This record gives sequence, structure tokens and C-alpha cells, in this order.
Amino acid sequence: MSDGFVQVSDVSKRFGELQVLHDVDLNVGLHQVVCLIGASGSGKSTLLRCINLLEKVDQGTIVVDGEEITNGTCDVNALRRKIGIVFQAFNLFPHMTVLDNITLAPRKARGLQKRKAEARARELLARIGLQDKAAEFPDRLSGGQQQRVAIVRALAMNPTLMLLDEITSALDPQLVSEVLDLVRELATTGMTMIIATHEMSFAREVANKVCFLDGGVILEEGPPEQIFSAPREERTREFLARVIEAGRL
Amino acid sequence: MGKFLHSFFSPLGFRRALPQVWDGFQTNVKLMVIAELLVLVLALLVAIARGLPGRGSLPLRGLAIAYTDFFRGTPLILVAYVCGLGIPALQISVISTQSLFTYGVVSLTLVYTAYVTEVYRAGIESVHPSQRMAARSLGLTYAQALRHVVLPQAIRRVVPPLLNDFIGLQKDTAIITVIGVTDALAQAGFYSNDFFLYTGYTVAAVFFVLLTIPFARFTDHLIKEREGRERAQLV
Repeated sequence: MSDGFVQVSDVSKRFGELQVLHDVDLNVGLHQVVCLIGASGSGKSTLLRCINLLEKVDQGTIVVDGEEITNGTCDVNALRRKIGIVFQAFNLFPHMTVLDNITLAPRKARGLQKRKAEARARELLARIGLQDKAAEFPDRLSGGQQQRVAIVRALAMNPTLMLLDEITSALDPQLVSEVLDLVRELATTGMTMIIATHEMSFAREVANKVCFLDGGVILEEGPPEQIFSAPREERTREFLARVIEAGRL
Repeated sequence: MGKFLHSFFSPLGFRRALPQVWDGFQTNVKLMVIAELLVLVLALLVAIARGLPGRGSLPLRGLAIAYTDFFRGTPLILVAYVCGLGIPALQISVISTQSLFTYGVVSLTLVYTAYVTEVYRAGIESVHPSQRMAARSLGLTYAQALRHVVLPQAIRRVVPPLLNDFIGLQKDTAIITVIGVTDALAQAGFYSNDFFLYTGYTVAAVFFVLLTIPFARFTDHLIKEREGRERAQLV
């Protein structure tokens, strides 16, 4: 288990009285796509936030790309430049154009020249078919377009790891597929990704490994076929049955 | 009634007082412009100091809180007396030998910076924490996230209340007259003493009102414009 690109060992996190993560172990290999499934409040988002130090773990260690990030000496900003995270609520900067949203971090955090950063941003926008939106402000874009811009904004930093936190949960149903298509494409390029999602058929298709979280614990993990077709744990079966009932699988 | 009109609205008095009060009013405008520029910058710095994270910045944060609490609670006229009469009496080199005008600017700046700090702070806190988080998650430092993501949004939101405070500052420049700065009010007083007519005060009032009206209308315009924008976003 020491060859993982991301190794989460024995991690616990509590918010006041609430134990959000409880002795979590997770191993993600390079170029792997791992999907985290489970009910809201099961700890998926918190786990992702711990991996780029938006949350501090109370106990346990996290190693990313051979470097322990939880020992307090890690350069937080350098780490975050290597890890892209995309949120449920897009969180684009409303006072900046699409182009400025994408180039801000490469220019300020990486020191890239404006001209180079913009050329790269336009290239990325062209890849997702939004090159003509470069000068628009985020509120002029649909939810799906905003989320794709948010993904591209993270990609512009050339991350080695992408964390996707329920990125389609705030979207109208007809806009979900354009975002998932982009994530699929990313997976085929070999991007290492940890994805918290409620889109089960997507998880089944794209994941190398699926982890079912329940009450802050990874209750069961395995290849998608096994988790979705032959779950071992009673709680996993219950969760999946409810998801099927809701028509989401 | 005739006596009242004659006293406050004498046409002849108006014409005679006008140049004299105008002369003083220019001092009010100067006080206002210099104090406003200082307040804009200093209040932003105090607001930033108040919001600094971590235990290391605790003393700075405490200092900023103490400053705003103290000067928001102290009447400007009192601060003006202390600065304009008290400080010269201390006879400290440089500090005690400034012009009355400078002490006036200092008093206005001390008091209004405390108010405007709160305005900025409300703006900074109105920017959703997820904006700062998104900026930090891209690898921007605390200062970069503040400078490029939080402050531009915060400042845009507080322009109307900021202008409102500046209207207050414009009027309060008249208080500086108590320490002996020859402003519009002082000149109006001189005039009334010379001619036993109060029309000079009316002239001064007209000047102040003419200065604040454009500010007030501009503020209304900005508020209306924002309402329109926000309604457009809801559609």
C-alpha cells in the first residue's frame, strides 16, 4: 500500500461534537479514478477538503505524491497549486471575466506571464467549446458552462490530482451530462482523480475503485462492478437500493 | 416676518457675504478632500487588520478594535479640541507646531476612519467564505486572495454607504471652525458680527447643500443600478 499517489491513513476529523471522519484509510494510485459515494453528511466532502488542507485533520496522516502534508511543515500554497479542486457551487469569481477567472492563479500563484496564461486559458476554453465566452462574466453563463469553466480554472494550474466535490449536484438535470463528459475526457488523459458523487452510473463507468462512506467511515471499497452488483455490506445494499428507488442508477 | 427675511435672506447681504463665505468654504472643500483620501486608505488598512487570521495577529487585531471603538464613540468636536488646542499646548517639537488646518484634517481623519472601517468590514464579511476558499484552493496566498478576490467584491458593495459617510464628513468640516480654522462658518460669523445680519449663515448653508446634493444623487443612482443588476440575476 506504500505505492499510492495519495495515501490517507487513519484520518479522523471532528467538528465540535460531530465526528465527521473516523479512522479513514484510502489509497489512490497514480492515474486512478476513485469515486466516493454515500449519503450527504457521510464525510465525502470533508475527506476531499482534508486532502488539500482546506480542513486540518485531527489525527492520522495524508501523503500526496510522496510528501506528508499533515505534519504541519507542508507549504500549503505549493501543495494547492498541485491539487485542483472543484466545488458543488462552482465558486467562480463573479467580478472577473471567464478569462480572468482562469488566468488569475497561473499568473499570481505561478508567476506566469499574462500573455502565456491567456493563451493557455484560451486553449483550454476551446477544448470545452467555450472559447467565445472568454470575455463574459460568470453570471452570463449557464450552470453547466460555469462548472466547466471552474474545472478548466483548476486545470490551468496543471494539477497532478483533481478533487471533484459533487460537481453536478447543483445543476439542472439536462446540464449534468456536459460536465460529466468533460470529467470522462479527463479520466482518459490519465488524470488522477478523487470524485465525490451522487451520479452512480457515472461512478460505475469511470471509476477504478468505488468507496462507500457511511457515518465518517469507509465501510466498503472495491471495483465498481463488485460494489454496485455484489455489495458485501448491508448498509451499502440499503444505500444503493434507495438510490435505485430514486431512479439515479 | 420682515425682520426674519431681512436678517437671513437680505439680497444685499447675500451679495456682500458671498465672496467672503466662498473664501472660507474653499477651506472646507480642502479639509474634505484631504481627509476623505486619507480615510479611504487608512480605513481599509484598519479593516484588513481587524480581519487578520491567526494568533500572531492578535495584538494588531486588538489595536484595530480598540481604535474603532474609541473613535466611533468620541464626539468629533471633542477630538477637534484635543487635537487643535491640546496638542499645540504640549509643546512637542514638530507634532505641536503644525497648522490648525492640519489638526483639523487629523481630527476628521481619526473619527471618520473609525466609521469607514466598519463600512469596509461589513463589505468584506458580505463576500461569501466560499470565494476566499476557492481562491486559496487554487494556491493563492491569504494576501492574494484578499487583494484579487475578496476586496474587489467587497469595495464594490460598500460604495453607496461609503459615499453616505462622506456626506457626513463634508458637513462636519464645519466643526473644525471651533479650533480657529477660518472656514465658511467662521467667515459667515465674521460677516454677521460686522453687519448684524445672519445672511452669511444662509450663504454657507447653500454652499454645503450644493456640495452634498450631487453626492446624494450619485449614491441613489448607484443603489438603483445595483438593484437592477440583482433583479436581472434572479431571472
